[in-house]
Amino acid sequence: MTRYYTEDHEWIEVDGNIATVGITDYAQGQLGDIVFAEVPAVGSTLKKGGDAAVVESVKAASDVYAPVSGVVTEGNDALGDDPALVNSDPEGEGWFFKLTLSEASELDSLMDEAAYKAFVDGL
Amino acid sequence: MRYLPLTQSDRQAMLGVIGAKSIDDLFVDVPAEARLDGPIQGLPNHASEMAVERHFSDLARKNMAASHHPFFLGCGAYKHHVPASVDHLIQRGEFLTAYTPYQPEIAQGTLQMLFEFQTQVARLLGCDVANASMYDGSTACWEAISMAGRITKRKKAVLSSGLHPHYVSVCETMAKFTGDTLDTVQPELSANTDRTRLLAAIDDETSCVVVQYPDILGRIEDLTAIAAKAHEHGALLVAVVTEPVALGAIKAPGEMGADIVVGEGQSIGVGLQFGGPYVGLFACKEKFVRQMPGRLCGETVDAEGKRGFVLTLSTREQHIRREKATSNICTNSGLCALAFSIHMTLLGEKGLRDLAVLNHGLAVQAAERLAQIPGVELVNDSFFNEFTLKLPKEARPVVRALADRKVLGGVSLGRLYPGVSALENGLVVAVTEVVTAEDVETLATALEETLSEGVGA
Repeated sequence: MTRYYTEDHEWIEVDGNIATVGITDYAQGQLGDIVFAEVPAVGSTLKKGGDAAVVESVKAASDVYAPVSGVVTEGNDALGDDPALVNSDPEGEGWFFKLTLSEASELDSLMDEAAYKAFVDGL
Repeated sequence: MRYLPLTQSDRQAMLGVIGAKSIDDLFVDVPAEARLDGPIQGLPNHASEMAVERHFSDLARKNMAASHHPFFLGCGAYKHHVPASVDHLIQRGEFLTAYTPYQPEIAQGTLQMLFEFQTQVARLLGCDVANASMYDGSTACWEAISMAGRITKRKKAVLSSGLHPHYVSVCETMAKFTGDTLDTVQPELSANTDRTRLLAAIDDETSCVVVQYPDILGRIEDLTAIAAKAHEHGALLVAVVTEPVALGAIKAPGEMGADIVVGEGQSIGVGLQFGGPYVGLFACKEKFVRQMPGRLCGETVDAEGKRGFVLTLSTREQHIRREKATSNICTNSGLCALAFSIHMTLLGEKGLRDLAVLNHGLAVQAAERLAQIPGVELVNDSFFNEFTLKLPKEARPVVRALADRKVLGGVSLGRLYPGVSALENGLVVAVTEVVTAEDVETLATALEETLSEGVGA
């Protein structure tokens, strides 16, 4: 399994043809206490860079973008009852949605963990 | 602040950026016949302040003021008695000059008042949560349709034929730009609503059903079956209340399964005011609160545990979410909401019930009296303080003739539905607590005389 990152602070982990998407630890730290998350409906078609989900903290409401194009297979329903999972475990239990990749080559434009760390250090 | 006027080159540079040739290009959406292309024709040259005042006083005297004559107009705006204390209190400087707070928490008094307004509205409409008001009933109605679209991710709304035609117009204007489909028809001059049509029209693509309660002809119906059918298909029920005083006597829409209840709050605390400003009411079930438009005030405790108020969920709003906000209403009708809240507080729950009973009682007496006039039929088999009469001839000229007899006798359906011959004999008559038994007798006599004279035949 390989994990990639975007400049908008989403992570995506690919397992075969299915990928899981969430926001990074850095992103949750910037947002502060998360009070609400809206995940995309199963079956919706996402385009790389397009709006996929909404995350709302006590400070701001932000969009979560699709790191790659694909079709949503699952949304994390647990976030409905406990949006704070995004704070406590952003890159694990606090995932947002899963999708099937429609264009695997789009992953090539994303950062790996080391590149993302360097990117965040430079902010 | 200094005022720095723009130069011609500033203007040209800005027009260039947005790709417009001239300022006039920005007004192409205004129909040509409504645009001014030169000086106003026939406008006299300037005159002294005294002369202008005299002239306008003469013009104003030509109006028939609502409070000067027997008054039976309704259809979305109602003449109720507003206690003098309402006007006195809303004119306190702390309330009168404060605009909707953008640094809200320093204005605790304003927030407390909005919180109390929300509490009253939520209880009145039978919902879990209400916002701090909208502009008016019609825009609140559109916001409810739009909100139902966000929740259901569908774009087809079914509108009851009993929804105020002006509200329908506002929704149609907005739907032109959002691509929503509005399924709507005109009402029939009958005691029956179009419930059967509504029930048949609800399908798996319906975002919401919109029903006015009481409706434009004053009819009242149980909304439970419509709510059930809507929910069966994953759609929402939106109820619209244009006369909130009615809810002192009849069951609140929220208690009959409505998911979103909106309304016009003018009836309580706000005068007729030549048609505005009014105050829109907006309430819903708690599970939909994040999709609700507008300001929302919440109660909390501060760091020392003391009760305080905040604007809550404002992250959904325009100043944070920009073009992705739930709605582009980012404000509220603060002063009218305050007037509503003060009047409601003065009435109290019992006072509102008493007021509703008084309205209904007077309306029943008036309906019975007017229906005795030869050729006049009462259309409704249920109503609150407003009912529809079927006259033996076109109602619009009759209303004009009644005005000549110094009675403001009602709203003709020909005025609301111009050119619809099946409705042209309809006259909607509203009877509130300001109407006296003498007023009813004056109207009955004038109507009987007018009809026997053959006006509008």
